[in-house]
Amino acid sequence: MNTNILITGVGGQGIVLCSKLIAQTAMKKSIPVMSAETIGMAQKGGSVQSYLRLGEGAYAAMFPKGTADLLLSFEPGEAVRMLPFLKPGGTAVVNTHAIMPTTASLSESAYSGQEMTEYLKKAVRNLVLVDGDSACRKLGSPRALNMVLLGAALQSGALPFTVEEVDGVMRANVRESFWELNSQALRYCK
Amino acid sequence: MHTEFLMGNAAIARGAIASGLNLVAGYPGTPSTEVLETAAKINDGSFYVEWSVNEKAALELAAGASYSGARTMVTMKQVGLNVASDPLMSLAYIGVKGGMVILVADDPGPISSQTEQDTRTFAAYSKLPCFDPSSVQEAYDMIQEAFEWSEKYHTPVLFRPTTRIDHGYASIAVKDPEEYIKNTPEGFVKDSSKWVIFPRLSNAAHRKIAAREPELSREFSAYVRNGVVRLPRPGFPAIASHGISFAYTMDALQLLGLDLPVLKIATPYPFPEELALQFLKAHKEVLCIEELDPVIERALTYIAGKYHLDVTIRGKLTGDITPAGENTVESVADAIRGFAAKRFSESVDCLDTGASDTDAENPGPNGSRPESSASSSGSVSKAPEVPALPIRPPVLCAGCPHRASFYAVKQAMKGEKTVFCGDIGCYTLGNAMPLDMVDTCLCMGAGLNIAQGIGRIEPDTKCFAFVGDSTFFASAITGVVNAVYNQADMTVVILDNSTTAMTGHQPHPGTGRTMMGQIVDRIDIEAVLRGVGVKTVETVNPLALSEAVDTVKRVALEPGVKAIIFRSPCAVLVKPNPPAAIDPGKCIGCKRCIRELGCPGIVLSEGRVSIESALCTGCGLCRKVCPVQAIS
Repeated sequence: MNTNILITGVGGQGIVLCSKLIAQTAMKKSIPVMSAETIGMAQKGGSVQSYLRLGEGAYAAMFPKGTADLLLSFEPGEAVRMLPFLKPGGTAVVNTHAIMPTTASLSESAYSGQEMTEYLKKAVRNLVLVDGDSACRKLGSPRALNMVLLGAALQSGALPFTVEEVDGVMRANVRESFWELNSQALRYCK
Repeated sequence: MHTEFLMGNAAIARGAIASGLNLVAGYPGTPSTEVLETAAKINDGSFYVEWSVNEKAALELAAGASYSGARTMVTMKQVGLNVASDPLMSLAYIGVKGGMVILVADDPGPISSQTEQDTRTFAAYSKLPCFDPSSVQEAYDMIQEAFEWSEKYHTPVLFRPTTRIDHGYASIAVKDPEEYIKNTPEGFVKDSSKWVIFPRLSNAAHRKIAAREPELSREFSAYVRNGVVRLPRPGFPAIASHGISFAYTMDALQLLGLDLPVLKIATPYPFPEELALQFLKAHKEVLCIEELDPVIERALTYIAGKYHLDVTIRGKLTGDITPAGENTVESVADAIRGFAAKRFSESVDCLDTGASDTDAENPGPNGSRPESSASSSGSVSKAPEVPALPIRPPVLCAGCPHRASFYAVKQAMKGEKTVFCGDIGCYTLGNAMPLDMVDTCLCMGAGLNIAQGIGRIEPDTKCFAFVGDSTFFASAITGVVNAVYNQADMTVVILDNSTTAMTGHQPHPGTGRTMMGQIVDRIDIEAVLRGVGVKTVETVNPLALSEAVDTVKRVALEPGVKAIIFRSPCAVLVKPNPPAAIDPGKCIGCKRCIRELGCPGIVLSEGRVSIESALCTGCGLCRKVCPVQAIS
């Protein structure tokens, strides 16, 4: 049996590290894991997805639509974009802060993050909305966002790990100066 | 042996090192770059690593080392193989002493390339054995075997993962350092009858290669990476696949609850004919699931004809599989469903595990499967309508100096008849609105010659060629020589951000760093240009906008070939300045900054122009564009 996880957002939000910590935690628990990231041509600002598959019997990391147990989205518009991947009864953990693309500014057609979250509320039964912006303000750093969202996903029960297990792996993978901030961020959503 | 979570490209590098690698050279290119980077990062000094000036140089360097008994690897992306094809075609005749693996990463999609060319096809053309891994673990194991095959047959071999193998990660079993092979090169042994290519030698070599092909084909039929997964089931439809498409096939069969036999081809050239023959004899219809060229489909069709077999081969050529772009588990499942249901209606009952039952309970907007959501009624009518989604096309980063360079040329050439020839790199993104400063882009180094060609036909047009610093060294210098000597009239614009930015900041001859960690003399672009006869060469910081505009105006007026070097480091590599600030009292809301520059760091927030401080690097370009000095 596999656990399929789709992490999505915009380049530069810390998605890759988040994905790596989930994979490393699985490794530590001797769960086979594979992942794939889809990153476009732009270094920053483009849509980014990271697919993760935990457990035996999978061949390709990029699983099909309708099979994600967890959709962890760093941006509400990207959550709506990738929602078809969520399986019936799956959990979505979504940051409510919208990131406007350059094109929205050029065409003066900025989209509304609220419209996206309203839609998600209607479409997803197991939805956890996280105000990542205010979380980062309270924690004192925009770089805490990925750990806040990962913490919320752990809290939702959609991942087969405890906060303590992820915290330990985080400490083995990031610089010591970030340990305190990341630990707090992982426990921000209770 | 132990288990590690590795990227495919890292696994390939580790596999090569475990095979006793003595030298690795390459040129950066997505999705191949991390192979050489990983090797350099973990190099304990036991082998030599270099980012060569281009793929041709890398391959020739490795050839020399392999002549001397070294085990070598060359890394590149698929279009890089075009650059390296000249030495490659001859080296196929000459052969090697030490094992040589040429890693060519293919890019179905394409996601980050000019072409969707298939290195499996190139393998048949160059008559070189080719290895096509289908998982990260297999890539790690197979590259070690590829070195053995190379040495056994004294030939370079091609190893061609695709993007999803290169950039996929998996927990895999890897060797401990004690298990690594050590290769001590014997050194170059002079033998002009062996290492000097002449028509007579070529004729003899060609005969040897032709004789080798059936021999390798027989050996590959027994090679453990090729084979039939799940037993042949006579009368059942069957599948043939390769690479990541094989993984998609296995997942799709599981999804569909089908148990069809699958022929997996890991060596597309020489094709394992005996293995394929036995497979085809057991089946009436075979669906080939491939990405890029229909290599397996053609080979099976050939074998079916050669042995007069009563079997139908389907795939890309019959319209069952998309001719271009990537496969996915969904697209493969669709193809299998259509193929199996059409041909074997009596076994359709086992196919009926598709979308319909899961759809009804899916609360999502599109159901679990896109093709069925439109037709199933009940649940969809209740689902809310999906709001319009943001489009995030690739753009130059906030603070990118290329934006300033393009803007300076655009301002300076307002009202003039111009053509702007671009090249390969981040700066291709200068084509996006509102800059719209790339009129042509073809391949590495082509912009210079294309600008000359347009100028020959339209002498009244001011022709510009934009080229990055890494591309300049890779393949643009000859274009400058050609233009100068043949009396062309054009402006060469070097966008010098002192790195190879697009592929993740590799050093090049202009940076003064090597992959062996040495600090060396930089090769000065200005001196190169003067050395090949360009008389006017001006260097300016593009972020000093008015000076940059004046420089372009002045230089572009001169006759002949002249050059401007816009020098400013890649914004990703330097510590940003404090972000810009907009004085809401002064801003008149004209949005000129947004309309002229298209910088992701300036956004409209509730109708007002504001700075996205997480992205802004404080480059100051918008400050110079604002007509009312509202930005500081």
